[in-house]
Order: sequence, then C-alpha cells, then structure tokens
Amino acid sequence: MLEVKNLHAKIDDKEILRGINLTVKPGEVHAIMGPNGSGKSTLSSVLAGSEVFDVSEGSATFYGKNLLDMPAEDRAREGLFYSFQYPVEIPGVSMVNFMRTAVNEHRKYNGEKPYTASEFLKLMREKKKLVEIDSNLTNRSVNEGFSGGEKKKNEIFQMAMLQPKVSILDETDSGLDIDALRIVANGVNKLKSENNATVVITHYQRLLDYIVPDFVHVLYKGRIVMSAGKELALELEEKGYDWIKKQFED
Amino acid sequence: MSIAGAEIKVEEKYISLFKENQGRLNIMASDVVANAREGAIKIFEDKGIPNRKVESYKYTNLNPQFEKDYTCDFEHEVFNQNLTEVFNCNVEDLEAITIYLINGWYYRKNQLPDSLPEGVLIGSFAEFSKSHPELFETHYNKYAKNEEDSLVAMNTAFAQDGFFIYVPKGVVVEKPIQIVNIMKAEESFMAFSRNLVVIEENAQAKIMVCEHTLSENRFLVNAVTEAFVDKNSVFDIYNIQNQHNLTTSISSVFVKQKEHSSVLTHNLTLHTGVTRNNIYVHMDDEHCESRIYGLYVSDKTQHVDNFSFVDHAMPNCYSEELFKGVLDDSATAAFAGKIMVRPNAQKTNAFQKNDNLLLTDNAKINTKPMLEIYADDVKCSHGATVGQLDEKSMFYLRSRGISKEEARVLLMYAFAYEAVEKIRVEAVREQIRGLVEQVFRGELNKCNSCVLCGQVSDNEFTCM
Repeated sequence: MLEVKNLHAKIDDKEILRGINLTVKPGEVHAIMGPNGSGKSTLSSVLAGSEVFDVSEGSATFYGKNLLDMPAEDRAREGLFYSFQYPVEIPGVSMVNFMRTAVNEHRKYNGEKPYTASEFLKLMREKKKLVEIDSNLTNRSVNEGFSGGEKKKNEIFQMAMLQPKVSILDETDSGLDIDALRIVANGVNKLKSENNATVVITHYQRLLDYIVPDFVHVLYKGRIVMSAGKELALELEEKGYDWIKKQFED
Repeated sequence: MSIAGAEIKVEEKYISLFKENQGRLNIMASDVVANAREGAIKIFEDKGIPNRKVESYKYTNLNPQFEKDYTCDFEHEVFNQNLTEVFNCNVEDLEAITIYLINGWYYRKNQLPDSLPEGVLIGSFAEFSKSHPELFETHYNKYAKNEEDSLVAMNTAFAQDGFFIYVPKGVVVEKPIQIVNIMKAEESFMAFSRNLVVIEENAQAKIMVCEHTLSENRFLVNAVTEAFVDKNSVFDIYNIQNQHNLTTSISSVFVKQKEHSSVLTHNLTLHTGVTRNNIYVHMDDEHCESRIYGLYVSDKTQHVDNFSFVDHAMPNCYSEELFKGVLDDSATAAFAGKIMVRPNAQKTNAFQKNDNLLLTDNAKINTKPMLEIYADDVKCSHGATVGQLDEKSMFYLRSRGISKEEARVLLMYAFAYEAVEKIRVEAVREQIRGLVEQVFRGELNKCNSCVLCGQVSDNEFTCM
C-alpha cells in the first residue's frame, strides 16, 4: 500500500533523507527508530506533504498513486494520517468545527454525502469513548491549552475519526507519562485491523511494549541502515545506538 | 481655465455651503443645536479638512473625498416611499427594537413597540431637541471634541437630525435597539447625522448602528454620536458597517461616563470604501470600566482607520482595548490608540492591543499604540502585531484533509474570533459570527441588505 523508493529530501540544500526504501502492507506495524537528527521526523512530514522540504530524488506511491504529486489534503483524503510530534495549537478553531470539516471533506472526496450534525456528533461520541479522550477536550479550541498528553490523545482521537489506511505516528510517546502512554497505545491497538497499517516513529523501545511492531527499522543519517523483527528494538534499548553509528560511519 | 493663485480651497466650498444654507439648517433644529453652529464652523474654517500633516490623520487623507461634489438634503425631503417596499428586515433570531434613519434623517414612519419601558425616549434628534430642551442643554455638544477634530466641528455646524435615546434612572431596556441608517439618493450625496444618547443612573441600554448603502451613488457620511453614561449604568454601542466601495464613512463616538458605569464600543467594519472611526471615552469618575473593540475585514482597495482616545481622568478605572484587522488584496488600514492617564488617575488599569493579519504583500497597516502616563501607580500595557497566516497551522489543518481554501477561512476566522467574542449581546454575537465567516468566504456582497437579518431588497447589486 505504501511504497517508498530511494527517497531523497533536503532543506536549504542540506540533504536530510538520502535514499529511503520502505514498503508497508496492510495489517503491518512498522517501527522506525534512530538517534536524534537521523531524519525520522523529516521522513514522516515529507510523506504527509509538508512543503518545507524539497524532494530531490526517488518516489513514494500510495495504492499505486504518486503520493509526492498530491497536496497534503489529498494525501489525507486518500487515507494517510500523520500524527504530529508537536500538535499545533489553533485558538479560535473549535475541535468540533475542525473535525466536522475534516471528516466531511474526506467524505466529499470519496463521493459520500456529508454527515448531518447529529450523525457527526454520534460518531464523535463513539470515537471519544474508544480512545478514552476526556469529553470536554472536544469543546475547546484545537489543542489550545492542552497538556502534552492531551495533545497526543487528541491526535489519536483524530485518527479514529478519519479512519486512515496508513498512520504515521511521529514520536507519539514523547512527553507522555506511563498512564497517558497506555491510553494512547490502547487507542492505536483498538484501531488496528488487517486493512490498515501503522508506522510508529520512536526514540525508545518503551512504546513498543504496548504497540508491538512486525518490523523495526533503524534510520541513521538519512538512510535505513538495518531492518529486523521486534527483537531489534530490545537490542537497541540495551546497547544504545553507538554500535550502529560505528558500523555505518561515513 | 484656472487662474493662478485663485484656486479655491476645498474647505471654502463647505463654508459657503454652510453660509448659504444657515437658515435652512435651522428649520427643524432647536436653538441649542443652532447656537453651536457658529463656533463649530469657525473651528472648521481655521483647521480645514485634515491633511497628512495632522498627526491623527497621517494615514488617512480625506481631501480627495471632500474635493468631490455632493448634494445634501437640508430640508428633509420626506421619504415618501414605504420603507418596507425597498428594505425588508424580518428579524428572526434578533429580538430588537428597530428604527430607521434615511440619509441621516429619522424616518418618520418608525414604529416603536408598545412594550417600551416607561420613560424611555427613542426618536428624532431634531424633534426631541425641541420638545426636551433641558436634556439638550445639559448634554448636547458637551462631549464632542470639536476643537480636536475639524470634521467633528463640521458635523456640529451642519447637524440637523439623527437619533435620540434617553433611558431614565433605574430602567433597563432589555432588547437591543437597532438603528439602521440607509443611504439612498439619485446622485452623489452627503449626510451629517448627529445622535445623542443619555443613560441615567442605574440604567442599561445596548444599541446597534447598522450602516447601509441602498443606491449606487457616491456617499459621504460624517456622523457624530454623543453618549452620556451616568453612575452604575451599562451601555453598549455596536457600529456595524456594511457599505459599498463608493462610500466614505466618518463616524465619531464620544462617551462620557460616571462612577461604576460600564461602557462597551465595538466597530465592526465588514465592507466599506473609506472608513474613519473615532472613539473618545472620557472616564470622568472613579471605578469606570470601558471596553473599546473593533474588527475590520477589508479587501480590494478599501481603507479603514480606527482612532481611539481613552481618557483616564480619575483613579481606579479600567479600560481594555482590542482591535483586530484582516487585510486582503491591496487593502490598507491604520490604527492609532491613545491612552491618557492623568496625574491623579492612580490605580489605573489600561490595556490596549491591535493585531493584524495581512494576507498579501500589498496589504498595508500602520499601527500606532500610544500611552501617556502622568500617574505613578498604574498598570498599563499596549502592543501591536502584524503577521501572516501561520504556516504550521495551515499544514496541520491540511494534513487532516482540509483544503487550502477552507483552512484559510478557518484560520482567518480563528484570528477574528477574539474580537467577535467580545460582543456582549448573545444574539448579536451569533449573527456577527455568521457574517464574519461569510465575509471570509467572499459570500457577503450585498451591501444593500440588512446584514443582521440577511434580507435583500429587490434591486440587488454587488459591492463593486
């Protein structure tokens, strides 16, 4: 479903991604790990459609369609979800209005009728329950004054509302205490099915205790230098990244 | 053929207009109003129409507007048509007491509800100036600062009619009073409406002034409203401007408030040609509270200038000022806000903010917050910001499948939201929310309709 080939991306002539290859199939959970500055967040925001980076080489296809040609909103409507490491606070835009616009734009794109207010509110109630998000958070402006944990829960709530095919979770565990981490991970697990896939980007193995990956990739200096099963995460937790850095020092 | 050195100054045109029509100007008005004219025209003659050398008009040169020729209606040609035939306002959500002014004149067929609280007077400025001379002697032309602004003096010189509202001691007018001023003429037209509001002790009233243009002529409106707000009373004035591009609107509001009173002014400029709003608030007693707000949304070549002067003359007063602007295309705007804290005004709390969102490289704002403090135990702040739409927020919204255009509307609305939420009358706030969203979507292009109820008159035209 998601196929990334030899992807290169740069910002201000500084090359950050230097040939990424990644194939994600339905039902799979992939973890991308790596030290700071290896390009993890760049990879996810390039796939989500951020215009900050220039793609200089390579391709990315999503169900056969050229992802890199699409504006960010079309990527989302096609079924790609990007959970932000730092969700943006937007005072003045209510969560309800934001989500209703987003869900209905998805439906319009797919040739479906927009939800009525009551249909939408019902959907929202269901999903809120599913991801255990405090119900009054949705009465506020988007992420405004949310704690770190609330922001991340809100990302998972949005994921539940939009029902994507592939979700890229960028450092979803950063800044979470153990309870919030469990809630976020439970949400992700509940949304998992054989038709969708999850790409988890993380620094630490801890999150992977809750969201168990099928594949673990190590990203270093803009390339995936190692891929293996979930046991690789444990090895990294124990030994750190130094042995990889040594091995792949340019 | 023009003769060198004999060029007629633009002011001369208006001074001779005044001299030629002095008799006619006084047909309807009482002596109080008539007696103020001479002094006012003298000020106008001395100062002239403000040019860019006048500090408070630095960014708004009105000379080109005054150079054009306008007709006037000094004899009040009675509006013979039935207003309901050209202008419909079936207020549904908005339970209001609605009255109309036509070209600045009080519409004689206005019907007031029977349920008006006892003692409340709502009606024609001219008529009440004759029937209630004592109120006019006490309040008329006592708060307007003719000497500060020659255009205010010009209004005082030409003043004939407008609305008059009087709320006696202890009376609360629950429903908002909506005053719809309709401009309709056969050729370029100029009006000088003059309004007076007197709110006595422990009384409350909220008024909305809606400005509309109903014919495609060039208009110049120079309006002055004076308001006296006595002890413990509450007064709100919302000025909603939705006029076409050939309109020049100069609106000055002067408020004098007494102990423990609370005043709110809000200038909502949704569409205009050239707008200048003046707001003067004089806190003449301790424990006054005043809130001065504004929201301007402009595109194409519209120009909006908001000028405010908050006078903390006495101790223990609170003022809060917020003006927000969204400028698209080549729209320009100016903001100047002065907070004056007089020497004995200790324990003053005064806050001022002007935030602007520029959507293009050609849009322009000149903003000038000013604090002048002569007391030493005060808490004051002022600030101004100018920015563009936030790229990160744009990306966040788009990454959820929201189109670029829709994301833009959401973010513009989010920016304006803070100012809209300051409206204290819930029904008005609801209406304005919808209207502002329509403006951002480019859907509000009917300046001839009453924006608050969305009714369109039959000869629909766009704002050009």
